[in-house]
Amino acid sequence: MKLTRLGKASIIVVILFLATLWAFPMWDIQLGAPQYPDGLSMQIWINDVGGDVEIINGLNHYIGMKTIHKEDFKEFVYLPITMMSFMALGLVVLLLNRKRYYYIWTGIFVVIGLVSFYDFYSWLYKYGHDLDPNAPIQVPGMAYQPPLIGYKKMLNFEALSQPHVGGWFYIAAGALMVFVCYYEWKKSKTAIK
Amino acid sequence: MYTALGLGTFTILQGCKMKNAESVVTGNAAAKAYVAPGQYDEFYNFVSGGFNGQVSVYGLPSGRLLKIIPVFSVFPENGYGYSEESKPMLNTTAGQVPWDDQHHLTISLTNGEQDGRWLFANANNTPRVARIDLTTFKTVEILQLPNSAGNHSSPYLTENTEYVVAGTRFAVPLGEGDVPISSFKENFKSTISFISVDKEHGNMDIAFQVVLPGMDLDLSRGGKGPSHDWFFFSTYNTEQAHTLLEVQASEKDKDFIVALNWKKIEEYVKSGKGKKVKAEYAHNHLDEETQQAESKIQDEVIVVDHNELKGMVYMIPCPKSPHGCDVDPTGQYIVGSGKLAALIPVFSFDKLTKAIAAKDFEGDYHGIPVLKYESVLHGEVKKPGLGPLHTEFDGKGFGYTSMFLSSEIVKWNIETLEVVDRVPTYYSIGHLCIPGGDTKKPWGKYVIAYNKITKDRYLPTGPELAQSAQIYDISGDKMELILDYPTVGEPHYAQGIAASVIKDKSVKIYDINKNKHKYVTMGEKKAKVERNGNRVDVYMTAIRSHLAPDNIEGIYVGDEVYFHVTNLEQDWDIPHGFAIKNNPNAELLIMPGETATLKFVPQKAGMYPFYCTDFCSALHQEMQGYMRVSPKGSNVPLRFGIGETAPGVAAK
Repeated sequence: MKLTRLGKASIIVVILFLATLWAFPMWDIQLGAPQYPDGLSMQIWINDVGGDVEIINGLNHYIGMKTIHKEDFKEFVYLPITMMSFMALGLVVLLLNRKRYYYIWTGIFVVIGLVSFYDFYSWLYKYGHDLDPNAPIQVPGMAYQPPLIGYKKMLNFEALSQPHVGGWFYIAAGALMVFVCYYEWKKSKTAIK
Repeated sequence: MYTALGLGTFTILQGCKMKNAESVVTGNAAAKAYVAPGQYDEFYNFVSGGFNGQVSVYGLPSGRLLKIIPVFSVFPENGYGYSEESKPMLNTTAGQVPWDDQHHLTISLTNGEQDGRWLFANANNTPRVARIDLTTFKTVEILQLPNSAGNHSSPYLTENTEYVVAGTRFAVPLGEGDVPISSFKENFKSTISFISVDKEHGNMDIAFQVVLPGMDLDLSRGGKGPSHDWFFFSTYNTEQAHTLLEVQASEKDKDFIVALNWKKIEEYVKSGKGKKVKAEYAHNHLDEETQQAESKIQDEVIVVDHNELKGMVYMIPCPKSPHGCDVDPTGQYIVGSGKLAALIPVFSFDKLTKAIAAKDFEGDYHGIPVLKYESVLHGEVKKPGLGPLHTEFDGKGFGYTSMFLSSEIVKWNIETLEVVDRVPTYYSIGHLCIPGGDTKKPWGKYVIAYNKITKDRYLPTGPELAQSAQIYDISGDKMELILDYPTVGEPHYAQGIAASVIKDKSVKIYDINKNKHKYVTMGEKKAKVERNGNRVDVYMTAIRSHLAPDNIEGIYVGDEVYFHVTNLEQDWDIPHGFAIKNNPNAELLIMPGETATLKFVPQKAGMYPFYCTDFCSALHQEMQGYMRVSPKGSNVPLRFGIGETAPGVAAK
């Protein structure tokens, strides 16, 4: 069964939304401490990590946290390829113009999303827990895993983690696709009747 | 009865105490000077250090001291004048001079308004002019002035910072000075140096020196607007005395204000006129990329004698050894302050040009036409007070003159010459400063008094007391004292500028990737020690919280050891310090991304701990190391390292 006009239009919108990932960061981690009145921040892009990374790395050695280097993340290579392919796939769905393919396309997105979040979480876990046993500052039982989303206090630092512009568009793209799936399914039921 | 009378008289005498100063503070003065914790001041106040040779930076209206910028004196606390990088800044033709007397400051101008790029400072004793970069608050250039002594009428500017001037207070013989002092009249000359300033980079150069008859040039100001092409210098000792000036230089009723048309003199010199003469002077410049200052000795200046400058130099008679010589924001009025006069003459630029055109002269001074006092005079401020010294302006038509003898600031109307207000100062005010009050656009909100005598104002501290400053709110009709505070050094002139012009351009760190220092260590792995004969170069890095290498062996007595310490930090306000036990040298403060070098020549064998002196981090106390010094000729090999690479560690 063919896609509705809304369904077709949504593919373009989703692709445009996802294109923002190359223009804005996906995620934003803000850190605050008394001696950093303006705060420190780190932005995670689809293919890079930006912000005060060097300063954060300088501080990390006290607690023995590994320093953050762009080269350590294979994700910065794979994720852009994955998203590009996904966007191209959207164009294929548009050409084939079938509801079923749209459902599959949305399914792929959900899988990519879940895998990405899990991957992101495991990085945060790794940085927070894999500490140098010879670190100058050791607080028994203390881990320094920043929150995936939301606020957390760790020693003298407060951390706030949330989506950035690219991330919000990514989330909006997902929501839009799920909504359109529901809409298409509704439409197909009324058509059968 | 007599006793009763006596007691009565005593009581009356007790009851008739003279008025004291405490009653002067009124209303919400404290609130006006109060800047809440965490809030910024509205103005930067750059204050000359006088006999400390430095420039101090205060915030206004709080009067909080923000920084001392080392300029003409060594500053062991950050290594200025001790580090290998900064030593050449204090070089002169007489070698390293560790001190000077710093009197006046001017912020660079564009169209007669402060542009906030550079701050110029004079050295009075060994004549020099310095340029301070207002993005780093660092002295970046010092230029020595030949044929000069007592560089007092300096560093005043033309409207677009085309030139910084430097007039000699002491007339001196040009070239070799080995002549009888009593030959003053024939051999002694006064010079005014016009120092050109590169528009883009600020680099200074002596463009030419104007040679005037021997006298004392005191203070000066560039013209503005209509008087743009002119420069004015007050003079004293036009009597040409060379001894007991106190009496002999006060004989004449009037001295002069010299008016020079610098624009015409510039053209004259550019046309190839003027004479190149031998004159040695040091020109020191800090290369901000290599972070290394270099001192060059230059050997020639262009001099041009006043006799050649027909129609370019005039004398305006001014009563009683004038001191200040100030031009109002419109550029129309020139205020001369005869420090022994009981009035303040105000000259009119319009009248000056007319009198020159009409050749309205009353004679000449060694060939320089002397204009008629009355033909140039706009009017006199009558009975302003005693001992007028300097005048600043609020941009609303008023002048504010400091009165040394009567210890007060007097506000007067420039047009009508009427005194409208006066306030006491504590005590014996010298200079005064209204932010921008010497420019076309004063920020007429405060006037600050800089006083020579403190006496009873603060808790006593033995015979040597701090000098003091007072801030007055001048936004209303009446001047209102809002703060009284002690100062460092001995403030003379000062400059104030709206914080907004400067603060956002302030540099936070030096980019380590742009560090072109000859001995930079780009990363801890490159830290090393190299020996070349008896010279040892230590390429050291500093980052929270260790110095690398922190163990060094194989140094011998008499070696010249240079510690080139690179601060690898790239975070704001994380300097590191560096000091070595028993080093007869100062310490270093190294800003993030900077490299600085401290020399040490050990005199005895032994263990020499070194450490970071700036409390940088939670593990600052751990930021330390050892250098082993062995007797000359011993066979301890050169070894160094940190952690696992430290000598003897891996072997175990």
